[in-house]
Amino acid sequence: MAMSEAQQRPVRDPEIGAATAPDGTRIVRLSGAWDIRALESRARTLAQALQKCARETGMRWDLSEVQRLDHIGALLIWRAWSQRRPATIMLNPEHEIFFSNIDGTGARWTGPGPIDLLASLRFLGVKSAALLFHVVEAIQLLGQMLLDTAEMLRHPSRGPWREISAGIYRIGTQALGITATVGFLIGVVLSYLSAEQLRTFGAGVLIVNILGIGIIRELGPVICAVLVAGRSGSAITAQLGVMRVTEELDALAVMGIPYTVRLVLPKVIALAIALPLLILWTSGIALFGGALSASFELGIGVHQFMIGLPAAVPTVNLWLGIGKGVVFGILIALVACHFGLRIKPNTESLGIGTTDSVVTSITVVIIADAVFAVLFNNVGIAIL
Amino acid sequence: MTPVIEVEGLWTMFGDHVVHRDLTLGVAPGEVISLVGGSGSGKTTLLRQMMGLEHPARGTVKIFGISLYGASAETLRKIRKRWGVLFQQGALYSALSVHDNIALPLRELRAFDENFIRDMVMLKLDMVDIERRHAGKMPADLSGGMVKRIALARALVLEPELLFLDEPTAGLDPDRSESFVKLIQELHGKLGFTVVMVTHDLDTLVSLSDKIAVLAEQRVIFYGPLEQVVKVDHPFARNFFLGERGLRALSAAREPLVLPVV
Repeated sequence: MAMSEAQQRPVRDPEIGAATAPDGTRIVRLSGAWDIRALESRARTLAQALQKCARETGMRWDLSEVQRLDHIGALLIWRAWSQRRPATIMLNPEHEIFFSNIDGTGARWTGPGPIDLLASLRFLGVKSAALLFHVVEAIQLLGQMLLDTAEMLRHPSRGPWREISAGIYRIGTQALGITATVGFLIGVVLSYLSAEQLRTFGAGVLIVNILGIGIIRELGPVICAVLVAGRSGSAITAQLGVMRVTEELDALAVMGIPYTVRLVLPKVIALAIALPLLILWTSGIALFGGALSASFELGIGVHQFMIGLPAAVPTVNLWLGIGKGVVFGILIALVACHFGLRIKPNTESLGIGTTDSVVTSITVVIIADAVFAVLFNNVGIAIL
Repeated sequence: MTPVIEVEGLWTMFGDHVVHRDLTLGVAPGEVISLVGGSGSGKTTLLRQMMGLEHPARGTVKIFGISLYGASAETLRKIRKRWGVLFQQGALYSALSVHDNIALPLRELRAFDENFIRDMVMLKLDMVDIERRHAGKMPADLSGGMVKRIALARALVLEPELLFLDEPTAGLDPDRSESFVKLIQELHGKLGFTVVMVTHDLDTLVSLSDKIAVLAEQRVIFYGPLEQVVKVDHPFARNFFLGERGLRALSAAREPLVLPVV
């Protein structure tokens, strides 16, 4: 319909004019195209002009010269009329439809409610309750997982061995490259910075003690755990979240396959196995990097460094590192699964869940590390 | 009158597999056309090519007389504002409320104030028969039928001259699907936009389409009104329209057709 009109004569820009009616009163006359294409660039100025006309000239309007109209144009005009139809109006019959559609919308949306004075207090309460729920749910998940483990040990043939193996490959094997790179660089940097200080005191030989204890006991496990939390924790959360969105979790449930056994348990076990191994690997590479750097800076050969290591670092530190790896792995997997299972079926929730999962698992790892430091403060540190 | 859509000499290939071979199709203003064809006949691909989401190996697609391929970004932006698309799953932005979903295209224009936009959103909600109290809800809290209606409201918010519908009634129960078809019919009658749709649903097809394009053997084997499509002598068309389901839908049409003896 707009098309056929357009062909008869060229479409003009929207215009507001004035005319005098036969009885001498003034009439607002609109002409040209009043559709979105024409209004897009001039809506604000035209809306102001229309309101001015409506105030000054009153409610006598001639719309018969309007070439094109759509809901946007009609709404713009209708708003200038203070949202009701004027007493006198000349309108093309084919444009009637737009105004009759709008007339029904008389009752406006009420908008936001009154301001909540207790909003901040409520926010605090909601957040505290949420934290409590997180803790309760995480404990439930842990309990369920322990029950599942017991069940699996009773029927080992039904265990999710294939999933565990796949998990170790994805979480461990595929992370060898990145952990080696990061470990090596940390070793080099730490060694370089310590060498500068030690040389000042002529205590260069202590580099073996510093790097050995620092990396094996502390840095190796923590750096590795942070990397794995970022790399595999986020992947686990996103995977479970997408499975929730696509109803795969429900599909498992109706088949009578508990998802804690098929999805959560394999990931927890895989991480508990893969992370200690990754920590050994990262610590080894970091020590090698440190030794390399030390040989350049202090002239302590790599061979000499390695020979000095067992004397400087009691073996119990190695076990401590591995133990941390097992605990960190279980924590990362539990946090990641917990957040993954809580994701609601929409994209925003997926994004928030993944971020929360990574931030929480890194925080939990650091807290656990602090607990380790307190518990084992007099274990494995040789007093010179 | 210039056709709204002109597809000329279009070839689509996935690797060595030819989907469309020298396909040609034109849609006149105000028409409602349906693309039908067996699975793998490239209906959805053709629709996506018309929307500029996919590019054919060869050939041109012109919308409003302007070629989609090789047009400047500015021209494409202008064309995109003149069409509306209803995706199969609605494709509402899950991070935005119903109100914000419909308001988004208007806000992007940066031409209207918030009060105007709110009134416009309410108007569009009224037009698709959704109560205003749902405006603040998130898409995840809506039923499938409501998602479709709100997606339609969003597609219509910029007053499009052309509307693409991808399986408009898929996933709706017969009752909802019928009322949705009625809604599209009513809006088309009032606003006169051109509609191009892909559908498997015979009832939707029969009650909405002016013309039907049958895709088979890598081209459009038939393009014309419903009365004639039933006479097409092609295994797909015979099976689709004159199978048991087809006959049932055809006999329930507004003007029941005189069917050829099979």
